[in-house]
Amino acid sequence: MNVQPDNKAMKRDFDIVGKRTPRPDGIDKVTGRARFGADMSMPGMLWGLVLRSPHAHAKIKRIDTSKAEKLNGVHAIVTSKDFGPCDDSLLDIRENVMAREKALYDGHAVAAVAAVSRSVARQALKLIKVDYQVLPHVTDVDEAMKPDAPVINDKLFTKGLDKTPKKPSNIAERFEFGHGEVEKGFKEADLVIERTFRTEATHQGYIEPHACVASMGADGRGEMWVCTQGHFMVRNTCAGLLGIDVSNLRVTASEIGGGFGGKTTVFIEPVALALSLKANRPVKMVMSREEVLRASGPTSSSSIDVKIGMKKDGTITAGDATLRYQGGAFPGSAVPYGAMACFAPYDLKNVRAIGWDVIANRPKQAAYRAPGAPMGAYAIESVIDELCRELKLDPIDVRLKNASSDGSKASYGPNFGVIGLKATLEAAKNHPHWKAKLGKNQGRGVACGFWFNFGGETSVSLNVNVDGTVGLSVGTPDIGGSRASIGNMAAEELGIPHDKVRCIIADTASLGYNDVTDGSRVTFASGMAAIQAARDAIGKLCERAAKIWGIPVDAVVWEKGHARPASPNAGKHEPLSLADIAAQAGATGGPIAGHCEINAEGAGVSFATHMVDSEVDPETGHVKILRYTVFQDAGKAVHPSYVEGQFQGGAVQGIGWALNEEYIYSKDGRLQNPGFLDYRIPVCSDLPMIDTVIVEVPNPGHPYGVRGVGETSIVPPLAAISNSVSDAAKVRMTRLPMSPPNVLKALGRI
Amino acid sequence: MVRVQVWGSLKPAIGGDDSVEVEGETINDLLKALSEQYPGMAEAVRRGVSVTVNGEMYANAVMVPVKPDDEVFILPKLVGG
Repeated sequence: MNVQPDNKAMKRDFDIVGKRTPRPDGIDKVTGRARFGADMSMPGMLWGLVLRSPHAHAKIKRIDTSKAEKLNGVHAIVTSKDFGPCDDSLLDIRENVMAREKALYDGHAVAAVAAVSRSVARQALKLIKVDYQVLPHVTDVDEAMKPDAPVINDKLFTKGLDKTPKKPSNIAERFEFGHGEVEKGFKEADLVIERTFRTEATHQGYIEPHACVASMGADGRGEMWVCTQGHFMVRNTCAGLLGIDVSNLRVTASEIGGGFGGKTTVFIEPVALALSLKANRPVKMVMSREEVLRASGPTSSSSIDVKIGMKKDGTITAGDATLRYQGGAFPGSAVPYGAMACFAPYDLKNVRAIGWDVIANRPKQAAYRAPGAPMGAYAIESVIDELCRELKLDPIDVRLKNASSDGSKASYGPNFGVIGLKATLEAAKNHPHWKAKLGKNQGRGVACGFWFNFGGETSVSLNVNVDGTVGLSVGTPDIGGSRASIGNMAAEELGIPHDKVRCIIADTASLGYNDVTDGSRVTFASGMAAIQAARDAIGKLCERAAKIWGIPVDAVVWEKGHARPASPNAGKHEPLSLADIAAQAGATGGPIAGHCEINAEGAGVSFATHMVDSEVDPETGHVKILRYTVFQDAGKAVHPSYVEGQFQGGAVQGIGWALNEEYIYSKDGRLQNPGFLDYRIPVCSDLPMIDTVIVEVPNPGHPYGVRGVGETSIVPPLAAISNSVSDAAKVRMTRLPMSPPNVLKALGRI
Repeated sequence: MVRVQVWGSLKPAIGGDDSVEVEGETINDLLKALSEQYPGMAEAVRRGVSVTVNGEMYANAVMVPVKPDDEVFILPKLVGG
């Protein structure tokens, strides 16, 4: 028998994969049984609250906690002094979770209290006296780059230049990507358009705020219950910040009410653990919405220059872009990924993208779905759209003419493998949406988008139960339906019904290390590991069948959930189902399990094309999205309903980013709209049904052809909507959000 | 020898060209050789890089074998949401 099947063999004939099976978490979520971050309580638990800076930039001269410590019911107070030496890689996180010499943004944590109740903790916060020396601040990316801007970090010297500057500045690093000769390319063009674009910082807008319970015992062993995209990351980071052995900290991931990248790092978790360590009691912390907006990790705001040349036949002769992203008060904005991704949809001979990573007095940015890519795509796809309009060319035909395809050289360097961009464009061109009529003040826009996707470290265990059911333990929190897709892949491989497999998210003590749920990696990587774990288990099931039949193991094959003799020469034996073999597991050698520990590689890149119709009210500046269709390559859609959900979710978040969402800072550097009334994410009444077309160009790097789908869907919307609004308003939009005031300004009405 | 290409702003670190040839049979060998020969590369490698081999992206699987005719690119370490 084939005990070690070829793990790279691509399966294309499926019984379960590709079916819309019931979601395994559905009943729990609609009945309230699902346990989210704030749902955990422990005996003797205290409540933790954080004191935050009211200043955008201030030196912390003194913190006096003496009065708060004396308040009845207060058990612990922590400041930066409670976070000692740590590895260099954690220094910025340490400073972000608790300010040290300076408060670097409005909302920066300065101290924290654990008390018997929230009200006592709140009283204690009022008794902590912080002596600040307010410093000049800067929150705008272009202002922060000016030579006379207030310097936030006097140890920051720009990297990526020919020579390191002698003076510190807010410019952390310069990145450059590209090939060819852009100036030569511009000379070959019949039309060159150059524009500058601006986008505002937005938040991931997850509905569930950050929440955790930390319990550190007197024996030095701790447990945490955390709403996170990566509980192994939480364990390692918290252990590193507080000098705890990794094995002494066990972290369980709660159910998660949205993350979108914003829960790939820590904010309150190390603080809760530090408080618990000091109080010797469990400590629960739950961020308010205001805290989430002021002090978690939004995306960057950006300022982007783009220049593109095109021939009359639609050939793009050169593209040049300079992207400036502020990533908050610490280096590490997503600008390199924006610069790498922005021209990736096009096979260009001459292309250059320069990225500037800039710091400003804002919260440290965190990942947000395809970090950095939507802003870059917005700028490039807008100029391509304008070139098409000026040259009277069909925007889909032009994109098809220039589209990257199998083997073409990516704008960021390497050659692409098998990719599906052209298939998404063909699907868009042939869709009824493209030919539908538009009315007065209405417009249509299209745009393409790209994201890398990746795999990463993954560990899975698959246990065959005595009744023939299967328990599947994975270590990647389910933020978009991965329990269904991973469970279905295991069931497909084992040849048993999908509802015989129960997939759970195991805690950090129960599995090998797993990277965070990010990079659109989980259905790809944990799915690949589940397939391999199932194949491992199948090998053992066949060994048991061979024992039962008294024949060599290589005379047994596994087909449709049964062990069968490989040929008539193996003897006449009735097939044994997985349940038959499981029932005899004890007698034939003990428990049967499959495992897989991999660093999953081979994640295929992903492309999408979006098409949007909008209507602009010239009197109010209000934009209504009339129709929206997403065309995206999924490789193989394991669970089509969840894939469509990812497409729709990305589009909807893009609609919010394009039309209304923005961080608004006042002149004193304080956030003016830290709540969902003033920071307006789209609600159902703002949206049409988002139509989806799943394109399937299999990824050769996955046994079932899977590509990650979670992030690419947020890359094209900003541009597609802007192109649609520009068509409707008959004026080129160059600034997001396209909120009513900004649209009226563009129309010259105010 | 394997020709390793770097992203644009790393060119100064390897003497101004966009690529350099180094000895190695794995990604790890290449990164080690680059770090030893070019101090600017050592810092970039320490901070974290992604490497593509014939278009395939490797985030941290450094034991991947490489051959002289492979297309190898060094890129910033990827993150995702």
